[in-house]
Amino acid sequence: MSDFIQTSPARTIQNAVQDHFIPAEAPWSGVVRKGQTIRIEDSLGQQAIDTLFYRADDFSERYSNQDTMRMQGAAYIGIGTKIMSNEGNVMLTMTADSCGRHDTSAGACSCESNTVRFGHGTKYLHACRDNFVLEVSKHGMGKRDIVPNINFFMNVPIKPTGEMTIVDGISAPGDYVELVAEMDVLCVISNCPQINNPCNGFDPTPIRVLIWDGED
Amino acid sequence: MMHVRRSPEEIAANRARYEEHQKKGLEFAPKTLPGPSPVPASAIAAAAIIHQETIPGGWYWSTKLLRGEAIRIDQGEGNSTVALVAWNAEDTSERINLVDTAKVQWTTALGKGRVIFSDMGRVMFSIIEDSSGAHDCLMGGSTAASNAAKYPGEKTRNTRDNLIIIAVKLGLDRRDIPGILNLFAPVRLAEAGGFGWQGKRSNSGDYVELRAEMDMLVGFSTCPHPLDPDPAYQPKPVVITRYKAAAPAADDLCRTATAEAVRGFENNTLMQA
Ligand SMILES: [Zn+2]
Repeated sequence: MSDFIQTSPARTIQNAVQDHFIPAEAPWSGVVRKGQTIRIEDSLGQQAIDTLFYRADDFSERYSNQDTMRMQGAAYIGIGTKIMSNEGNVMLTMTADSCGRHDTSAGACSCESNTVRFGHGTKYLHACRDNFVLEVSKHGMGKRDIVPNINFFMNVPIKPTGEMTIVDGISAPGDYVELVAEMDVLCVISNCPQINNPCNGFDPTPIRVLIWDGED
Repeated sequence: MMHVRRSPEEIAANRARYEEHQKKGLEFAPKTLPGPSPVPASAIAAAAIIHQETIPGGWYWSTKLLRGEAIRIDQGEGNSTVALVAWNAEDTSERINLVDTAKVQWTTALGKGRVIFSDMGRVMFSIIEDSSGAHDCLMGGSTAASNAAKYPGEKTRNTRDNLIIIAVKLGLDRRDIPGILNLFAPVRLAEAGGFGWQGKRSNSGDYVELRAEMDMLVGFSTCPHPLDPDPAYQPKPVVITRYKAAAPAADDLCRTATAEAVRGFENNTLMQA
């Protein structure tokens, strides 16, 4: 595992209130309270981390990639990005980013879309949508609740012509993003198992999630 | 921390296969696709027309659309963006999925010859005609807040509320509203990632024709796009014609133009067998 990087005097590995190791290909979910900071760390580098957020006390309010892109006026996620809900509320704000490139226009991989992209022979490979279905089902939700997500550390350049392709991630071991929650949110992660495109360098790896209480 | 890396041979084999798909997707398909459809649109045979609806600017409409039918969405007299959403009529948990649509076709630029996918790897629509080639699958629609900021003090209607009304009247709810396809919205991305409105403001006479590839519920909203350069709120009516489409030929453009579309239609066949 990479070394811990301290981004604030208040954020040490010892005073994190949650510290999760998420194996390659696995899902995870947890609640981040208003004012808390969540760090999502790409421990070994070049790993896409598919992430969704739901309002903790009303799951019908959830992450909206279109609202987030519209409010940003831009297609990529970075420091200062306000993570928007479908109801037009700010769910979280990105406060730190050591990588500089995150996607929210390409969505999560699925067994079904894999057949279209890579051939029917790829149908029986574990995929993010299956992770999401399993994880949201623990919270009483179903497939209809799975919306277009954020892909932290995934590199999907879109050209002015519209051309779009997934290319090698630029994240290095230990790269991280930090987001401060502006409301209580349920965070649902699929640590992407995709091995048919370079979003994981064709080699899915573990990640780490840390949560700290607010500084004041 | 225990983690076993994949072998360099496995990685190299996967990379080679991806690069082959990528090359075909980025280089081959655009060359095989036609340009925009001619304006004015040709007349639809009266016997084929099932229904024609004029949606006032700022309003909404929804319709059932059966496999083999098509809709012509016609700008008529001027500039209007048409926000579109769709659900599989038999299982509304299957719905239009624009992130997959862009990703599997290697482009956010949708036009004649492209298809629109559901979240289940199946084709919902074939874009069989399109005179503008200027649509937006990224930015979503207007909201009460975005309209209040853009048209202060004016009473306006917005796409978010229109879609909530559509969904609820169909027995669905807010959780069921998918990402929005904005037809007639020339949104393009600068190299740095910022959005701009790169095109003419009026689309008078422009039209799109979408052929249904499964039985669907389709919703429309005719509010101005959030980036519409017109500072005044004055959306125009949009005419939608639902008609019986010609049966696709063996060499149908939308079904054969790309390897991805071919595989998507194979998934449709499995569902419809
Ligand atoms: Zn994935």
